[in-house]
Amino acid sequence: MSGNTENAGRLDAVAPAIELIGISKAFGPVQANKDISMTVAKGAIHGIVGENGAGKSTLMSILYGFYKADSGSVKINGVPTTINDSHDAIAAGIGMVHQHFMLVDNFTVLENVVLGAEEGATLGPSLRKARKVLRQLAEEYELEVDPDALIEDISVGFQQRVEILKALYRQAEILILDEPTGVLTPDEADHLFRILRNLKAQGKTIVLITHKLREIMDVTDTVSVMRRGQMTKTIATATTSPEELAEAMVGRRVLLEVDKKPAEVGETVMQVKNLSVTDMHGVKRLKDVSFELKRGEILGIAGVAGNGQSELLEVIAGIGAATSGEILMHGESIDISKHANAGLRRERGISHVPEDRHQRGLVMPFMTWENTAFGYHNAPEYSGKWGLANQKFMKEDARGKMERFDIRPPIPQLVASHFSGGNQQKIVLAREIERNPDVLLIGQPTRGVDIGAIEFIHQQIVNLRDSGKAILLVSVELDEIQALSDRILVMFDGVIQGERLPENTNEGELGLLMAGVDPEAKP
Amino acid sequence: MNKNLPKWVDLGLIPLLTLALAFAASGLVVLSIGQNPVEVVQVMLKGALCNPTTDSSCFSGIGHTLYFTTNFIFTGLAVAVAFHARLFNIGGEGQAGVAGVGVALVMLSFDWPNWPIALVVGSLAAMVFGAGWAAIPAYLQAKRGSHIVITTIMFNLIAGALIGYLLVGPMQATGSLPESPTFPEAAALPTFHDMFGWIGLDFDKNAPANITFIMALIAAFLVWVLVWKTRLGYEMRAFGHSEKAAVYAGISPMKITMVAMLISGALSGLMAVNTVQGEAERLVLGAVEGAGFIGIAVALMGRSHPVGVVLAAFLFGILTQGGAELQFALGIPSQMITVIQALIIMFTGSLENLVRIPMEKIFIRAGKGVA
Repeated sequence: MSGNTENAGRLDAVAPAIELIGISKAFGPVQANKDISMTVAKGAIHGIVGENGAGKSTLMSILYGFYKADSGSVKINGVPTTINDSHDAIAAGIGMVHQHFMLVDNFTVLENVVLGAEEGATLGPSLRKARKVLRQLAEEYELEVDPDALIEDISVGFQQRVEILKALYRQAEILILDEPTGVLTPDEADHLFRILRNLKAQGKTIVLITHKLREIMDVTDTVSVMRRGQMTKTIATATTSPEELAEAMVGRRVLLEVDKKPAEVGETVMQVKNLSVTDMHGVKRLKDVSFELKRGEILGIAGVAGNGQSELLEVIAGIGAATSGEILMHGESIDISKHANAGLRRERGISHVPEDRHQRGLVMPFMTWENTAFGYHNAPEYSGKWGLANQKFMKEDARGKMERFDIRPPIPQLVASHFSGGNQQKIVLAREIERNPDVLLIGQPTRGVDIGAIEFIHQQIVNLRDSGKAILLVSVELDEIQALSDRILVMFDGVIQGERLPENTNEGELGLLMAGVDPEAKP
Repeated sequence: MNKNLPKWVDLGLIPLLTLALAFAASGLVVLSIGQNPVEVVQVMLKGALCNPTTDSSCFSGIGHTLYFTTNFIFTGLAVAVAFHARLFNIGGEGQAGVAGVGVALVMLSFDWPNWPIALVVGSLAAMVFGAGWAAIPAYLQAKRGSHIVITTIMFNLIAGALIGYLLVGPMQATGSLPESPTFPEAAALPTFHDMFGWIGLDFDKNAPANITFIMALIAAFLVWVLVWKTRLGYEMRAFGHSEKAAVYAGISPMKITMVAMLISGALSGLMAVNTVQGEAERLVLGAVEGAGFIGIAVALMGRSHPVGVVLAAFLFGILTQGGAELQFALGIPSQMITVIQALIIMFTGSLENLVRIPMEKIFIRAGKGVA
């Protein structure tokens, strides 16, 4: 299962930057990596794709010294290298940009870059040196960041640049990026890819871990596909297609497009009028947001995470309070004060698949039959006498839901944390969709969900729409918004920046709206 | 529940092994003061479990152990219930103390016709006063976010001062001792001696164990029903695991915090029925004797499960009674028994991974793990 490609043949003269030979790693009974061999040529951008839990992050963590492989070896630039911790990795010229940034929020950019690489007893000399290096790097790679800005004051896009700068400051020749575009606007992502190409032009080697096939196609030279701990394919990007990669990831043919017929839009179910939210720090999260939601449509809300979508969902769901404005459901006003109760929303016919299923949507140590009634547990069918729960019915009900939503393994006694991300999400969906709500709120329906389950989840959402229900969809995945929505609202900084129909717009326009630019407002 | 271990290992073998380790460590401490650990164990076990009616060398034994066990079941359940809603109720000591005041007030206010009525009213008073004392920290936590650990500790101190004041002031009997007048005789609760007598059996006449032990077992059963069978218990556990999830499900954090703490306080309070009404038959200083704090260890060791709590309470009952016997028979200071209790708490509470992690490795290797 060698990863030799035609590329590697050409570069025979130069030793490959990374060579992994027969890497295996087990966590208890789970074989996270099974005899993986992979070669990355020097100066290449190499992509690694795979579903959640396929073993991508484990493999990279072994390379970066977080985990120790059970067997196998690593060669860096042709030299056998033992990497026991991140110090060894840095010494070998490897830098890593984690999915969740490892930055100190109340430190400046400069302090963060120096952190862990300070020299001498006082900070002064290190900071002065870093400032000089940062200036050079900025010119070389389009990596401009204000060195004296606090991390908490700069956008995620800039925070990510700081992570890259940290690695370059430590003279990384090999850069690993784990899901780098998850938090970026399309524009920021493009900028990131320009940076990566610049780095490549300077001879750096880049490993890009992602689940977005489009990025793989755009930016990588070679790509490896992982599935269930094994590396199933390594191929030159130019010779493959997204469909082929998806099939290699899932192990069967996958429908990347959503199959849906035109919407039959009915009367208005919900009206949101001039909704504003100011948070506890006095920051305005939502500014004067108004829209209508109609029967039989999927209204998609696009936007980069943190632009007010979460607050909007929370107010409608009865979890968060609005500062001003009004929400009408079937023409009747609903409580949006801090006394609002999510339980009463459900009685009004509003169901909610929350963005964060680990913290909100599921109680992780609860068994599935407890989770499939969660939020509806006081409904008559789940209630017994004297305050008891009707556990017999709850279990039966769970068994039915698990069957209808193909939740595997179909064991109602299994606790939520034992299921994969996709199956967890199906538990939440089964619970909310089967209540047959008038309005379904869905936040990030496929975050952390594998491709196979995404197809199923999208189909369920479309089916609910076709049965005449109104759906409000919030997602940071622009592809998902475009594929599912019948109408798209774009949010930026708490404001609805624009409304578009998916057939009359494109990613470029939506990307501009997401960045706060109105393409129609040109002078 | 651990996913890698069979249930009997998780809930049976590991606690037993940690306990064995704790005893081994205690043995070393005993050796270091020049005593024979084997003899110490013999004296403790005999002193805690013997029966004076059949054994003439036995002075107090099981009847005393079960009396202490009763206290620890109530306070252990109190901590366990709150803990399911992720509330750490350190205030059992104060809640039980104030409940004792409540019991004394009602006992001294009426001319009781018989003990069943006195028991019911006394228990209600204990629950109301115990819950009442827990209500203020609960409200401050729910409404103002004041940390319940801090406030319940402060309320323990306030309770101590309040009871001290009452017993040298308004509630003091004539005389110079800081204690209330003795309760009417008709309010006295049946002891084990009385209860065994009903069915024609004999039991130690001097044993303080009384009918509240039965109440404690019933309370344990009801707590099990509450936590795992009712919708309220479901909401408490959901809230305990994730407040955000609870809010999402329409569960009011305010309500759960209040209700869980009120139930917890009421359970702590019931302990006073055992000590104040059942044993002393008047309110004395220091009626709680640290049982509120031992309840924390009991709940911890019993994994907040009623069955575990009852077993752990019995163990601590043995330690308390056996420890007193040690002092009497071997002249070992009572501080020694505190050391042993501390070792048990340390091993079962915070050093459990010492046993758990090797066990997990063994079972994974043996391939017996159940996924």
